Amino acid sequence: MREDDSDLSTYLALMAVFVPMSLVAIGGGPSVFAPIQREAVDVHEWITAREFVEIFAVARVAPGPGSMLATLIGWKVAGWTGALVATAALFIPSSIMCLGIAKVWNRYRGHAWHAAFETGLAPIGTGLMFAGVLVIFKLADAGPLSWALAAFVAAVLTFRPKVHPMILLLVGAVVFNLDLFLKAA
Amino acid sequence: MPPSSPAPLNPPPSLFELGRVFFWTGVMSFGGGLSGWIHRQVVHQYGWMDNDDFLSGVALAQVLPGANVTNLCVYVGYRIRGGWGAATTLFSLLAGPTVLCVLVAMVYVHLQQYPVLQACVDGVAAAAVGLNMRLGIVGAQRVIKRVAPTLAMIATFVAVGVFEWPLVPVVLVIGPLSVAAVWPREPRDA
Repeated sequence: MREDDSDLSTYLALMAVFVPMSLVAIGGGPSVFAPIQREAVDVHEWITAREFVEIFAVARVAPGPGSMLATLIGWKVAGWTGALVATAALFIPSSIMCLGIAKVWNRYRGHAWHAAFETGLAPIGTGLMFAGVLVIFKLADAGPLSWALAAFVAAVLTFRPKVHPMILLLVGAVVFNLDLFLKAA
Repeated sequence: MPPSSPAPLNPPPSLFELGRVFFWTGVMSFGGGLSGWIHRQVVHQYGWMDNDDFLSGVALAQVLPGANVTNLCVYVGYRIRGGWGAATTLFSLLAGPTVLCVLVAMVYVHLQQYPVLQACVDGVAAAAVGLNMRLGIVGAQRVIKRVAPTLAMIATFVAVGVFEWPLVPVVLVIGPLSVAAVWPREPRDA
Protein backbone atom coordinates (compact mmCIF):
# COMPACT_ATOMS: atom_id res chain seq x y z
CA MET A 1 0.00 0.00 0.00
CA ARG A 2 0.97 3.61 0.14
CA GLU A 3 3.11 5.01 2.93
CA ASP A 4 1.75 7.63 5.30
CA ASP A 5 4.52 10.18 4.86
CA SER A 6 2.54 12.45 2.54
CA ASP A 7 3.51 15.99 3.38
CA LEU A 8 1.50 18.70 5.01
CA SER A 9 0.58 20.30 1.71
CA THR A 10 -1.55 17.28 0.76
CA TYR A 11 -3.53 17.58 3.99
CA LEU A 12 -3.94 21.31 3.43
CA ALA A 13 -5.13 20.65 -0.13
CA LEU A 14 -7.70 18.15 1.18
CA MET A 15 -8.92 20.73 3.68
CA ALA A 16 -9.01 23.45 1.03
CA VAL A 17 -11.34 21.24 -1.04
CA PHE A 18 -13.60 19.81 1.66
CA VAL A 19 -14.05 22.67 4.16
CA PRO A 20 -15.82 24.92 1.61
CA MET A 21 -17.89 21.93 0.39
CA SER A 22 -19.02 21.37 3.97
CA LEU A 23 -20.42 24.87 4.23
CA VAL A 24 -22.16 25.01 0.86
CA ALA A 25 -23.68 21.52 0.86
CA ILE A 26 -27.24 22.75 1.15
CA GLY A 27 -29.56 19.80 0.73
CA GLY A 28 -27.00 17.34 2.05
CA GLY A 29 -23.87 15.61 0.86
CA PRO A 30 -25.11 14.58 -2.61
CA SER A 31 -25.52 18.25 -3.55
CA VAL A 32 -21.71 18.61 -3.60
CA PHE A 33 -20.79 15.22 -5.10
CA ALA A 34 -20.42 16.75 -8.57
CA PRO A 35 -18.10 19.59 -7.45
CA ILE A 36 -16.13 17.10 -5.32
CA GLN A 37 -15.69 14.91 -8.37
CA ARG A 38 -14.45 17.90 -10.37
CA GLU A 39 -11.91 18.82 -7.70
CA ALA A 40 -10.69 15.29 -6.99
CA VAL A 41 -10.59 14.01 -10.57
CA ASP A 42 -9.94 17.01 -12.85
CA VAL A 43 -8.33 19.69 -10.72
CA HIS A 44 -6.10 17.74 -8.31
CA GLU A 45 -6.02 14.42 -10.19
CA TRP A 46 -6.15 12.53 -6.89
CA ILE A 47 -8.25 9.75 -8.40
CA THR A 48 -9.54 8.71 -11.83
CA ALA A 49 -13.16 9.11 -12.92
CA ARG A 50 -13.54 5.34 -12.67
CA GLU A 51 -12.21 5.34 -9.12
CA PHE A 52 -14.69 8.06 -8.23
CA VAL A 53 -17.59 5.90 -9.36
CA GLU A 54 -16.20 3.00 -7.34
CA ILE A 55 -15.74 5.20 -4.26
CA PHE A 56 -19.31 6.42 -4.59
CA ALA A 57 -20.55 2.82 -4.60
CA VAL A 58 -18.42 1.87 -1.60
CA ALA A 59 -19.54 4.90 0.43
CA ARG A 60 -23.15 3.95 -0.26
CA VAL A 61 -22.91 0.34 0.90
CA ALA A 62 -20.40 0.77 3.73
CA PRO A 63 -21.67 1.92 7.13
CA GLY A 64 -21.99 5.66 7.64
CA PRO A 65 -23.31 8.55 5.57
CA GLY A 66 -22.80 8.47 1.79
CA SER A 67 -20.76 11.66 2.13
CA MET A 68 -17.98 9.48 3.48
CA LEU A 69 -16.80 9.31 -0.10
CA ALA A 70 -14.69 12.24 1.14
CA THR A 71 -13.06 9.85 3.64
CA LEU A 72 -12.22 7.48 0.81
CA ILE A 73 -10.76 10.22 -1.37
CA GLY A 74 -8.58 11.27 1.58
CA TRP A 75 -7.50 7.66 2.03
CA LYS A 76 -6.59 7.24 -1.64
CA VAL A 77 -4.53 10.43 -1.54
CA ALA A 78 -2.80 10.16 1.82
CA GLY A 79 -3.62 6.92 3.61
CA TRP A 80 -5.29 6.77 7.02
CA THR A 81 -4.23 10.29 8.00
CA GLY A 82 -5.70 11.57 4.76
CA ALA A 83 -8.93 9.72 5.53
CA LEU A 84 -9.13 11.42 8.95
CA VAL A 85 -8.29 14.86 7.57
CA ALA A 86 -10.87 14.64 4.79
CA THR A 87 -13.56 13.31 7.15
CA ALA A 88 -12.97 16.11 9.65
CA ALA A 89 -12.81 18.75 6.90
CA LEU A 90 -16.13 17.68 5.39
CA PHE A 91 -18.14 17.08 8.57
CA ILE A 92 -16.86 19.42 11.29
CA PRO A 93 -17.47 22.90 9.78
CA SER A 94 -21.11 22.19 8.89
CA SER A 95 -21.63 20.54 12.29
CA ILE A 96 -20.37 23.61 14.16
CA MET A 97 -22.68 25.79 12.10
CA CYS A 98 -25.58 23.41 12.76
CA LEU A 99 -24.90 23.45 16.50
CA GLY A 100 -24.85 27.25 16.53
CA ILE A 101 -28.16 27.44 14.70
CA ALA A 102 -29.70 24.70 16.86
CA LYS A 103 -28.78 26.76 19.94
CA VAL A 104 -30.39 29.92 18.58
CA TRP A 105 -33.40 27.91 17.38
CA ASN A 106 -33.79 26.41 20.83
CA ARG A 107 -33.65 29.77 22.59
CA TYR A 108 -36.91 30.85 20.96
CA ARG A 109 -38.77 27.63 21.71
CA GLY A 110 -42.24 28.42 23.04
CA HIS A 111 -42.81 31.54 20.93
CA ALA A 112 -45.79 31.35 18.60
CA TRP A 113 -43.68 32.17 15.53
CA HIS A 114 -41.22 29.41 16.46
CA ALA A 115 -44.05 26.90 16.37
CA ALA A 116 -45.16 28.32 13.02
CA PHE A 117 -41.66 27.86 11.62
CA GLU A 118 -41.54 24.30 12.94
CA THR A 119 -44.96 23.40 11.57
CA GLY A 120 -44.18 25.13 8.28
CA LEU A 121 -40.76 23.59 7.77
CA ALA A 122 -41.64 20.05 8.87
CA PRO A 123 -43.48 19.19 5.62
CA ILE A 124 -40.46 20.40 3.64
CA GLY A 125 -38.23 18.09 5.68
CA THR A 126 -40.62 15.21 5.05
CA GLY A 127 -40.91 16.01 1.34
CA LEU A 128 -37.11 16.06 1.11
CA MET A 129 -36.92 12.73 2.90
CA PHE A 130 -39.10 11.12 0.22
CA ALA A 131 -37.24 13.01 -2.52
CA GLY A 132 -33.98 11.58 -1.13
CA VAL A 133 -35.38 8.06 -1.42
CA LEU A 134 -36.40 8.66 -5.03
CA VAL A 135 -33.10 10.28 -5.97
CA ILE A 136 -30.94 7.55 -4.44
CA PHE A 137 -32.95 4.87 -6.26
CA LYS A 138 -32.62 6.80 -9.52
CA LEU A 139 -28.86 7.10 -8.98
CA ALA A 140 -28.54 3.40 -8.21
CA ASP A 141 -30.78 2.54 -11.17
CA ALA A 142 -32.90 0.42 -8.83
CA GLY A 143 -35.44 -2.06 -10.18
CA PRO A 144 -38.92 -3.01 -8.89
CA LEU A 145 -37.41 -5.49 -6.45
CA SER A 146 -35.49 -2.71 -4.69
CA TRP A 147 -38.64 -0.61 -4.45
CA ALA A 148 -40.68 -3.50 -3.11
CA LEU A 149 -38.02 -4.34 -0.55
CA ALA A 150 -37.71 -0.76 0.68
CA ALA A 151 -41.49 -0.49 0.95
CA PHE A 152 -41.60 -3.77 2.86
CA VAL A 153 -38.95 -2.53 5.33
CA ALA A 154 -40.80 0.77 5.78
CA ALA A 155 -44.07 -1.09 6.41
CA VAL A 156 -42.56 -3.47 8.96
CA LEU A 157 -40.96 -0.61 10.88
CA THR A 158 -44.16 1.42 10.78
CA PHE A 159 -46.15 -1.32 12.48
CA ARG A 160 -43.31 -2.78 14.54
CA PRO A 161 -40.93 0.10 15.29
CA LYS A 162 -38.77 -2.02 17.57
CA VAL A 163 -37.86 -4.68 15.02
CA HIS A 164 -34.09 -4.55 14.71
CA PRO A 165 -33.10 -3.01 11.37
CA MET A 166 -30.20 -5.47 11.04
CA ILE A 167 -32.77 -8.26 10.61
CA LEU A 168 -34.39 -6.31 7.78
CA LEU A 169 -31.04 -5.65 6.10
CA LEU A 170 -30.40 -9.38 6.28
CA VAL A 171 -33.79 -10.05 4.69
CA GLY A 172 -32.71 -7.73 1.87
CA ALA A 173 -29.55 -9.74 1.27
CA VAL A 174 -31.50 -13.02 1.27
CA VAL A 175 -34.21 -11.74 -1.07
CA PHE A 176 -31.68 -10.45 -3.61
CA ASN A 177 -29.86 -13.77 -3.54
CA LEU A 178 -33.12 -15.65 -4.07
CA ASP A 179 -33.75 -13.38 -7.05
CA LEU A 180 -30.27 -14.14 -8.36
CA PHE A 181 -30.86 -17.86 -7.89
CA LEU A 182 -34.27 -17.81 -9.61
CA LYS A 183 -32.94 -15.83 -12.56
CA ALA A 184 -30.10 -18.31 -13.00
CA ALA A 185 -32.43 -21.30 -12.79
CA MET B 1 -50.46 0.29 20.17
CA PRO B 2 -50.85 2.84 17.39
CA PRO B 3 -47.60 3.22 15.44
CA SER B 4 -46.85 6.78 16.49
CA SER B 5 -48.24 6.92 20.01
CA PRO B 6 -46.07 9.19 22.15
CA ALA B 7 -44.42 7.31 24.97
CA PRO B 8 -43.20 9.23 28.03
CA LEU B 9 -39.60 10.32 27.59
CA ASN B 10 -36.83 8.57 29.43
CA PRO B 11 -34.28 10.63 31.38
CA PRO B 12 -31.30 11.75 29.29
CA PRO B 13 -28.44 9.22 29.22
CA SER B 14 -24.87 9.83 30.29
CA LEU B 15 -22.51 11.06 27.57
CA PHE B 16 -20.88 7.63 27.64
CA GLU B 17 -24.19 5.84 27.06
CA LEU B 18 -25.14 8.31 24.33
CA GLY B 19 -21.79 7.75 22.64
CA ARG B 20 -22.10 3.98 22.96
CA VAL B 21 -25.51 3.94 21.24
CA PHE B 22 -24.37 6.23 18.41
CA PHE B 23 -21.13 4.32 17.91
CA TRP B 24 -22.95 1.02 17.38
CA THR B 25 -25.61 2.67 15.26
CA GLY B 26 -22.85 3.97 12.97
CA VAL B 27 -21.18 0.57 12.80
CA MET B 28 -24.43 -1.23 11.91
CA SER B 29 -25.60 1.25 9.27
CA PHE B 30 -24.65 -0.80 6.21
CA GLY B 31 -26.26 0.58 3.07
CA GLY B 32 -27.12 3.95 4.64
CA GLY B 33 -30.56 4.87 5.95
CA LEU B 34 -28.91 6.55 8.93
CA SER B 35 -31.60 9.15 9.56
CA GLY B 36 -34.07 6.28 9.91
CA TRP B 37 -31.64 4.40 12.16
CA ILE B 38 -31.17 7.39 14.46
CA HIS B 39 -34.95 7.91 14.65
CA ARG B 40 -35.49 4.28 15.56
CA GLN B 41 -32.84 4.45 18.29
CA VAL B 42 -33.55 7.76 20.04
CA VAL B 43 -37.35 7.80 19.68
CA HIS B 44 -38.45 4.17 19.77
CA GLN B 45 -35.66 2.17 21.33
CA TYR B 46 -34.40 4.54 24.04
CA GLY B 47 -37.19 7.13 24.29
CA TRP B 48 -34.84 10.09 24.64
CA MET B 49 -36.80 12.32 22.24
CA ASP B 50 -40.37 12.56 20.98
CA ASN B 51 -41.43 12.42 17.34
CA ASP B 52 -42.26 16.12 17.02
CA ASP B 53 -38.91 17.28 18.32
CA PHE B 54 -37.13 14.74 16.13
CA LEU B 55 -39.02 15.77 12.99
CA SER B 56 -38.22 19.40 13.67
CA GLY B 57 -34.57 18.32 13.69
CA VAL B 58 -35.03 16.46 10.41
CA ALA B 59 -36.32 19.62 8.73
CA LEU B 60 -33.53 21.77 10.16
CA ALA B 61 -30.88 19.18 9.24
CA GLN B 62 -31.98 19.15 5.62
CA VAL B 63 -32.29 22.87 5.13
CA LEU B 64 -28.89 23.69 6.69
CA PRO B 65 -25.66 23.10 4.76
CA GLY B 66 -23.76 19.89 5.42
CA ALA B 67 -24.58 16.20 5.32
CA ASN B 68 -28.15 15.66 6.53
CA VAL B 69 -27.16 12.76 8.75
CA THR B 70 -24.44 14.61 10.66
CA ASN B 71 -26.65 17.70 11.04
CA LEU B 72 -29.42 15.52 12.44
CA CYS B 73 -26.91 13.83 14.70
CA VAL B 74 -25.72 17.22 16.03
CA TYR B 75 -29.31 18.38 16.60
CA VAL B 76 -30.30 15.19 18.40
CA GLY B 77 -27.15 15.18 20.55
CA TYR B 78 -27.71 18.82 21.42
CA ARG B 79 -31.36 18.29 22.40
CA ILE B 80 -30.48 15.30 24.56
CA ARG B 81 -27.28 16.46 26.28
CA GLY B 82 -26.40 19.99 25.07
CA GLY B 83 -23.20 20.96 23.26
CA TRP B 84 -21.16 18.06 24.62
CA GLY B 85 -23.98 15.74 23.62
CA ALA B 86 -23.73 17.03 20.05
CA ALA B 87 -19.96 16.49 19.98
CA THR B 88 -20.43 13.01 21.44
CA THR B 89 -23.07 11.86 18.96
CA LEU B 90 -21.16 13.27 15.99
CA PHE B 91 -17.80 11.69 16.79
CA SER B 92 -19.30 8.41 17.99
CA LEU B 93 -21.41 8.04 14.87
CA LEU B 94 -18.53 8.72 12.48
CA ALA B 95 -15.76 6.83 14.31
CA GLY B 96 -16.73 3.32 13.22
CA PRO B 97 -17.72 4.11 9.63
CA THR B 98 -14.50 6.09 9.01
CA VAL B 99 -12.52 2.89 9.54
CA LEU B 100 -15.11 0.53 8.06
CA CYS B 101 -15.59 2.36 4.76
CA VAL B 102 -11.85 2.20 4.12
CA LEU B 103 -11.85 -1.52 4.92
CA VAL B 104 -14.79 -2.05 2.55
CA ALA B 105 -12.95 -0.06 -0.14
CA MET B 106 -9.96 -2.38 0.25
CA VAL B 107 -12.01 -5.50 -0.49
CA TYR B 108 -14.64 -4.03 -2.81
CA VAL B 109 -12.88 -4.87 -6.07
CA HIS B 110 -12.63 -8.52 -5.09
CA LEU B 111 -16.16 -8.55 -3.74
CA GLN B 112 -17.59 -7.51 -7.11
CA GLN B 113 -16.35 -10.75 -8.67
CA TYR B 114 -18.83 -12.84 -6.70
CA PRO B 115 -22.47 -12.43 -7.79
CA VAL B 116 -23.68 -13.71 -4.41
CA LEU B 117 -21.81 -11.00 -2.52
CA GLN B 118 -22.88 -8.36 -5.02
CA ALA B 119 -26.51 -9.45 -4.49
CA CYS B 120 -26.01 -9.15 -0.72
CA VAL B 121 -24.68 -5.62 -1.13
CA ASP B 122 -27.55 -4.58 -3.42
CA GLY B 123 -30.16 -6.17 -1.17
CA VAL B 124 -28.82 -4.50 1.97
CA ALA B 125 -28.63 -1.13 0.21
CA ALA B 126 -32.23 -1.42 -1.01
CA ALA B 127 -33.51 -2.46 2.42
CA ALA B 128 -31.63 0.45 4.04
CA VAL B 129 -33.55 2.90 1.86
CA GLY B 130 -36.67 1.56 3.58
CA LEU B 131 -35.39 2.97 6.88
CA ASN B 132 -35.53 6.50 5.51
CA MET B 133 -38.83 5.77 3.78
CA ARG B 134 -40.22 4.82 7.17
CA LEU B 135 -39.03 8.14 8.64
CA GLY B 136 -40.80 9.91 5.76
CA ILE B 137 -43.99 8.06 6.71
CA VAL B 138 -43.67 9.19 10.35
CA GLY B 139 -43.42 12.78 9.14
CA ALA B 140 -46.25 12.38 6.65
CA GLN B 141 -48.61 11.02 9.32
CA ARG B 142 -48.34 14.39 11.07
CA VAL B 143 -48.26 16.56 7.99
CA ILE B 144 -51.42 15.21 6.34
CA LYS B 145 -53.60 16.37 9.22
CA ARG B 146 -53.59 19.86 7.68
CA VAL B 147 -54.08 20.97 4.08
CA ALA B 148 -51.33 23.58 3.64
CA PRO B 149 -48.50 21.43 5.06
CA THR B 150 -49.70 18.51 2.91
CA LEU B 151 -49.43 20.66 -0.21
CA ALA B 152 -45.99 21.91 0.86
CA MET B 153 -44.78 18.33 1.37
CA ILE B 154 -46.03 17.14 -2.02
CA ALA B 155 -44.67 20.23 -3.81
CA THR B 156 -41.24 19.76 -2.22
CA PHE B 157 -41.16 16.08 -3.13
CA VAL B 158 -42.17 16.68 -6.73
CA ALA B 159 -39.80 19.62 -7.25
CA VAL B 160 -36.70 18.05 -5.69
CA GLY B 161 -37.37 14.32 -6.16
CA VAL B 162 -39.18 14.10 -9.48
CA PHE B 163 -37.93 17.19 -11.35
CA GLU B 164 -34.60 17.29 -9.47
CA TRP B 165 -34.70 21.07 -9.19
CA PRO B 166 -31.99 22.62 -6.99
CA LEU B 167 -32.98 22.69 -3.35
CA VAL B 168 -32.24 26.30 -2.47
CA PRO B 169 -34.75 28.05 -4.77
CA VAL B 170 -37.35 25.36 -4.00
CA VAL B 171 -37.04 25.92 -0.25
CA LEU B 172 -36.94 29.70 -0.69
CA VAL B 173 -40.27 29.58 -2.51
CA ILE B 174 -42.12 26.83 -0.63
CA GLY B 175 -40.66 27.62 2.82
CA PRO B 176 -42.13 31.11 3.30
CA LEU B 177 -45.50 30.05 1.82
CA SER B 178 -45.64 27.01 4.09
CA VAL B 179 -44.72 28.98 7.21
CA ALA B 180 -47.11 31.80 6.32
CA ALA B 181 -49.95 29.31 5.90
CA VAL B 182 -49.58 28.12 9.50
CA TRP B 183 -48.70 31.54 10.98
CA PRO B 184 -50.70 32.22 14.16
CA ARG B 185 -53.71 34.44 13.52
CA GLU B 186 -53.23 36.44 16.71
CA PRO B 187 -49.54 37.01 17.29
CA ARG B 188 -48.82 36.47 20.95
CA ASP B 189 -45.17 37.39 20.89
CA ALA B 190 -44.12 40.79 22.16
